[in-house]
Amino acid sequence: MEKWYLMTTVVLIGLTVRWTVSLNSYSGAGKPPMFGDYEAQRHWQEITFNLPIKQWYFNSSDNDLLYWGLDYPPLTAYHSLLCAYVAKFINPDWIALHTSRGYESQAHKLFMRTTVLIADLLVYIPAVVLYCCCLKEMSTKKKIANALCILLYPGLILIDYGHFQYNSVSLGFALWGVLGVSYDWDLLGSLAFCLAINYKQMELYHSLPFFCFLLGKCFKKGLKGKGFVLLIKLACTVVASFILCWLPFFTEREQTLQVLRRLFPVDRGLFEDKVANVWCSFSVFLKIKDILPHHMQIMISFCFTFLSLLPACIKLILQPSPKAFKFTLVTCALSFFLFSFQVHEKSILLVSFMLPLLLKDELLMPSVVTMVAFFIACATSFSIFEKTSEEELQLKSFSISVRKYLPYFTFLPRIIQHLFLISIIMMVLLTLMTVTLDPPQKLPDLFSVLVCFVSCLNFLFFLVYFNIIIMWDSKRRRSQKKIS
Amino acid sequence: MAALGIAMGGGNWFSALVLGVTLLKCLLIPTYHSTDFEVHRNWLAITHSLPISQWYYEATSEWTLDYPPFFAWFEYALSHVAKHFDQEMLNVHNLNYASAKTLLFQRFSVIFTDALFVYAVHECCKCIDGKKAGKELTEKPKFILSVLLLWNFGLLIVDHIHFQYNGFLFGLMLLSIARLLQKRHMEGAFLFAVLLHFKHIYLYVAPAYGIYLLRSYCFTANKPDGSVRWNSFSFVRLISLGLIVFLVSALSLGPFLALNQLPQVFSRLFPFKRGLCHAYWAPNFWALYNALDKVLSVIGVKWKLLDPNKIPKGAMTSGLVQQFQHTVLPSVTPLATLICTLIAILPSVFCLWFKPQGSRGFLRCLILCALSSFMFGWHVHEKAILLAVLPMSLLSVGKAEDASIFLILTTTGHYSLFPLLFTAPELPIKILLMLLFTIYSISSLKTLFRKEKPLFNWMETFYLLGLGPLEVFCEFVFPFTSWKLTYSFIPLFLTSVYCAVGITYAWFKLYVSVLTDPPAGKTKKQ
Repeated sequence: MEKWYLMTTVVLIGLTVRWTVSLNSYSGAGKPPMFGDYEAQRHWQEITFNLPIKQWYFNSSDNDLLYWGLDYPPLTAYHSLLCAYVAKFINPDWIALHTSRGYESQAHKLFMRTTVLIADLLVYIPAVVLYCCCLKEMSTKKKIANALCILLYPGLILIDYGHFQYNSVSLGFALWGVLGVSYDWDLLGSLAFCLAINYKQMELYHSLPFFCFLLGKCFKKGLKGKGFVLLIKLACTVVASFILCWLPFFTEREQTLQVLRRLFPVDRGLFEDKVANVWCSFSVFLKIKDILPHHMQIMISFCFTFLSLLPACIKLILQPSPKAFKFTLVTCALSFFLFSFQVHEKSILLVSFMLPLLLKDELLMPSVVTMVAFFIACATSFSIFEKTSEEELQLKSFSISVRKYLPYFTFLPRIIQHLFLISIIMMVLLTLMTVTLDPPQKLPDLFSVLVCFVSCLNFLFFLVYFNIIIMWDSKRRRSQKKIS
Repeated sequence: MAALGIAMGGGNWFSALVLGVTLLKCLLIPTYHSTDFEVHRNWLAITHSLPISQWYYEATSEWTLDYPPFFAWFEYALSHVAKHFDQEMLNVHNLNYASAKTLLFQRFSVIFTDALFVYAVHECCKCIDGKKAGKELTEKPKFILSVLLLWNFGLLIVDHIHFQYNGFLFGLMLLSIARLLQKRHMEGAFLFAVLLHFKHIYLYVAPAYGIYLLRSYCFTANKPDGSVRWNSFSFVRLISLGLIVFLVSALSLGPFLALNQLPQVFSRLFPFKRGLCHAYWAPNFWALYNALDKVLSVIGVKWKLLDPNKIPKGAMTSGLVQQFQHTVLPSVTPLATLICTLIAILPSVFCLWFKPQGSRGFLRCLILCALSSFMFGWHVHEKAILLAVLPMSLLSVGKAEDASIFLILTTTGHYSLFPLLFTAPELPIKILLMLLFTIYSISSLKTLFRKEKPLFNWMETFYLLGLGPLEVFCEFVFPFTSWKLTYSFIPLFLTSVYCAVGITYAWFKLYVSVLTDPPAGKTKKQ
């Protein structure tokens, strides 16, 4: 593409922002005995390097599962092992068994931050660049603006480079999967997505849209001929990639079960901490956690989750298109986040306001800066304040249908504009309050709960909004032969 | 809502650029800061806690006040804001005090005072004509100039990481240049006089201002062939200029004259006890001179032409600021450097007098004065290259020739700033920002001038590309070799010499282009 140098500039800006954020503190810095996610990652390097594979997920005298036991799928473990080899080369003290617990030093911080940057550079950033370059019906300038906004997304930067995690790897693989599947490289796409799931089980949130989209493609090709062949090929790819990743753990049934138990802890309750989840917000009014028994909680969350994502998925099977696929990814992830069981706030990397978490890590300045930058980048690139006609909000078909029943329903864009403004104002106010004021004595969690509540309302709105777009998108698209 | 939309939409790219770079500066707050941080904290303390009579005598800290009085007043004003952040930093005896609030205050003060720089850039953009502009925003000269100035790598590194207050000082300089380009001579002269009393390093470019104002402002008309019309001399203008300079100087130095402290002030401002070169050689002519001397002495020892006992111990880049003698070539005195500088400036000043080309000619002369002083000055800091780089940005979006010289000067000049940030966490930042600026500047200027011949010949391309391997060698390969202990000065030495070659070449090319330009009467555009 002719503006390669602008794209390079954008990537360099993204990298600069990432590294400057990483100069700040990480989670659990200087807070014994448990420290935080940074120590967890270091501990996993220690475990995977010093212990044989069979002991990684089991409790033993060398591997205390209560002290940051491994609870991600095997690919994370292999990645930690790779980092551990490099760490051994530089300074073996960093991963010495038992004695390196709580190890903190400037050099070590530099090493860990570098591993995040390299992982990001190898997996996530190329996926973003390729994704933006392949977008159709867009001028080059718009593509580059897209890339800038995606790369400046504060949630990912703050969690990966501030708090310390490796989400960019799993998100990167998932994005490769989306790319592959959208441009008919189905096998490679599903391979990439399997790698994503095997890195973090959180990606299962996106698995249903992938499944429905690919199934829809098979149906479209005809189940008697090419479609069936495709289905078989996809099934083989998925099974093969899973076997490849889990090979050392398939030797014994107990191994596999233990790993599954670590990945999906169903013994815990409906929610923990303050999450912008429906259950957490609902508990402001009604304490569900205490009223209902454990298995009922699981059933209810299961039902709600699936009911909320069913319409979009069915539509995707019947009319597979890359555009519907992308929207369904969003809605499914939102549904899972809002309604499912035992959600952590970090699971929401789509639209997130993880303010209390970031304040705990003393990342106030980078959070403010990156969020403002992201907002300004998006506002400037996409003129969001100008494009508020119905056409541009993609709600034309919906409002036409509604106007059949309510002829005066012409004020939808203005409603949305006002809602947007209200939500922004509320978020700014809440941020200011959380930072400057102390909560009243009787309600110590007031601000965190309020933030979660407001965020939950926002997410619910978006869930409804995107579902509307998907459902009402049908007739216009089918009549135009183009697939976007 | 609509107004916000218009502000945020495609129309106001300048605000977006300013906001973007300001946010980046905020992200740079927790980076490494040099001893200059303590210098400025100390000056805050001195101006706040002590009476004026003590300002230039105070020596509790080694970082004594060595900027002119206006800067001291500036620190005094800042100190009144500082006391709301952390009272302790204003204590003269709190050496190396760097609490979190102090850091935040100092960093924000730099970011905040950069507002003057932003305004100056805005004014400079108004002086650029957009005749060559394409329809694309990113191809307009105004846009490119704004990015080259606002996102200048050197300024970001020196001001917001290393820690200095160059932003608003260069803002004053660019504003005075802009005023002269807009033919508002009195304001330009006033701004420059004020600037001189903020930081006296701008004396380097004073000859350009003096000769230009004399020639093109005091002599109000030219003969048709471009030479001076002696009877058009305006005494009024000369007197008013003189009055401006006199009043500004009186305001600045007056109090110290009254206290009979002028000799002390001047001894602080011009400390000639320091050596020919800074601890890390600025990439100027003397760096090449020193390098030649060193090479010759090594060869001389090897071929037994010199007695090894007579050679002074220790490399000249050992990190200490001291006086030293050259071994083979004749030693250099401050007077010699002054004479060399004056000889170097003379041709450009003569050009300004005999072949005036209006305000553009003045700008070229200014850049040449700054560069020549950089090349031949005594105890030049590598940061002084910014004095030439920033004004040159204004020329670079005008002609392809100037763009090519600008790119060579800027890339090598910026690379020579690398040794300022020697800590490991800052390594990715300086590399990323350097790549960002270099790639953007080269590709945007190439796109702007794509209809003319290519900007670089093969030799220049090769030289610029050579910076990459040099960096890899100095920062990644050398520290792991065995030479690190015995020849520890080699990375600095190589950087200095390599950049000196590039900067000398750019200086030479610019001189040639100025001397061979046709005079004003014969060019159609003025």
